[in-house]
Amino acid sequence: MLSVKNLHAGIEGQAILKGIDLEVKPGEVHAIMGPNGSGKSTFASVLAGREEYEVTEGEVTFLGKNLLEMAPEDRAREGLFLAFQYPVEIAGVSTTNFLRTAVNQIREYRGQEPLDAVRFLKHIKEKLALVEMDPKLLSRSLNEGFSGGEKKKNEIFQMAVLEPKLAILDETDSGLDIDALRIVAKGVNKLKSPDNATILVTHYQRLLDYIVPDYVHVLYKGRIVKSGGKDLALELEERGYDWIKEEVAAG
Amino acid sequence: MDTIGKIERHFKALQENLNGSAGNAWRKLRREAFEAFTANGFPKMKDEEYKYTHIGKVIEKKFDFSGLASPTAEATLEKRPVFHDADAWHVFIDNGKSVDGSLPEKTGEGLEITTLREAAINHPELMEKHLGRHADVHKDPFTALNTAFSHEGVFIRVRKNATIGKPIILHYTDGGSGADIIQTRNLIIIEDGATANIIESFTSAMEKERFSNHVSEISVGAQARLNYYKLQNQDKEIYQVDNTVIAQARDSYAQSFVVTLEGRIVRNNLHFLLEDENTETHLFGLYVAHGQTHVDNHTVVDHQLPHCYSNEIYKGILDNKSKGVFNGKIFVQPHAQKTNAFQSNKNILLTDEASIYTKPQLEIWADDVSCSHGCTTGQLDEEQLFYLRSRGINKSKARAMLLHAFVNDILDKIDIDFLHDYINEEMYKRLD
Repeated sequence: MLSVKNLHAGIEGQAILKGIDLEVKPGEVHAIMGPNGSGKSTFASVLAGREEYEVTEGEVTFLGKNLLEMAPEDRAREGLFLAFQYPVEIAGVSTTNFLRTAVNQIREYRGQEPLDAVRFLKHIKEKLALVEMDPKLLSRSLNEGFSGGEKKKNEIFQMAVLEPKLAILDETDSGLDIDALRIVAKGVNKLKSPDNATILVTHYQRLLDYIVPDYVHVLYKGRIVKSGGKDLALELEERGYDWIKEEVAAG
Repeated sequence: MDTIGKIERHFKALQENLNGSAGNAWRKLRREAFEAFTANGFPKMKDEEYKYTHIGKVIEKKFDFSGLASPTAEATLEKRPVFHDADAWHVFIDNGKSVDGSLPEKTGEGLEITTLREAAINHPELMEKHLGRHADVHKDPFTALNTAFSHEGVFIRVRKNATIGKPIILHYTDGGSGADIIQTRNLIIIEDGATANIIESFTSAMEKERFSNHVSEISVGAQARLNYYKLQNQDKEIYQVDNTVIAQARDSYAQSFVVTLEGRIVRNNLHFLLEDENTETHLFGLYVAHGQTHVDNHTVVDHQLPHCYSNEIYKGILDNKSKGVFNGKIFVQPHAQKTNAFQSNKNILLTDEASIYTKPQLEIWADDVSCSHGCTTGQLDEEQLFYLRSRGINKSKARAMLLHAFVNDILDKIDIDFLHDYINEEMYKRLD
């Protein structure tokens, strides 16, 4: 589904990603962990198409297409979704209006008829229940005045509505209390299917108690320096990152 | 002959022509205005009030004042303007003159719509009390020029305690006669306890360079309510100066919307005189400029007595090489204790070449008041744009959504549906 080969990227001339290789297949959950500043969020941003990052080398294919050549909206329309680390507040745009525009632009791209208001509302009400979100939030301005937990739930809600093939969750767990974390994790787990895949970018092992990954990768200094199964996450939790850094230093 | 010389010749001809007709006081007013105008002429570039809008110089250079509208110019109505079929009281004004037969004949007990000329005959006392009494010829040269040549115009009177449900629309269609200088004028009197909704709609599209010099004087009586809308959506060749003065009496309420969507140079002087206690005033402004358009809004809110409230919000979107100017003065006079006055001006610049000069100006001589002001200018938020795009919304749609969100709070306060929908649509056309 996603194939990343020797990806190099940076911002304002400063190299951050220095040769990432990653293969993600349908049905898989990958966790990308690593110390602060290792390039985790940059990786997520480059995949989603954030324009301030410059890709200097390497290639990324998504469902057989060159991802790096696509505009951010086309990546979304092809089935990629990024749950933001810091969801953006937009005053004056309601969540309903925003999502309906998104759903219908995606449908148009795929040659489908737009959803009318009634069918759209039915569609989103089912998804709201999934993340235990207050329906009142739908008519309010997007994320404006939402608590941290509400914002993250809203990201998972949007993911549920847009039904992506590949979801990238960028530190969705950061700053969440345990109840919100459970709800977010439950939502992600319910959306899992043999046809879609998930990349969890996280700093903490705690999330992985709720969403069990098939693979864990450690990103350090812009490279994946270690990969393993879910046990690797537990080992990192226990031993920290220093032993990884030492392994890298030792070559 | 220089411009002032030409203007003088026309002025003399006009006074001659109107000699013997009713309104001695009006005649004196014209003379006073003419003298006020010729004392300083058009505003100079160094003139503080016109520092960022050099319209005086442009007008003098571009227009040949030998064509200054004369009393004999014919009014026609070739093209029906927008909203002409709306459920409203309609007045069509062409070349500064109300079109024959366009004044609604039967408006019911509470509403009187006529020409200033008729009013000078039928209501000399009202004319003397109001005409030229609010729009001060010594304060603005364009007001002076307009007043010096005032002889046509619309007179609207809403009688005491009358509530006029339907909006009254003044359609300015200037163009039938082909004149390139158009001076229009109204006097609107909302008597005590009365309520009215008034729309001034400037929407004719001539694609011809011309100068429009407009003055509206509005008196809002005690306990009266006025919703006032000004829509400026003519073509990109128009040079427009608008002086509107609204005087409010005790316990009155007034709300103004000034929406500017097109023009070459548009200068609005909107002046609220809060002449008695316990008035409430809202000033809303929207300007969406593109191409070479230059939009200048100068507002004054003059708090003269205690317990008055004013709130002003102006928002602008500037594209291409357009320029915006906002100057908001709030005066709180020594007697105006317990004043609440607020002001905000927000702008989005869509290109590096667009610009805005914004200046709040508060002059407070009372000590027990609550006043605030603020202005912001920025670009579209890249992070918001990316967020929308990352959900599958294309760039131009995302951009339009954000701009729409920016102006929505003002737009949604316009509760006359046909006006709201028209402005919404015209704005979207420019933003999409």
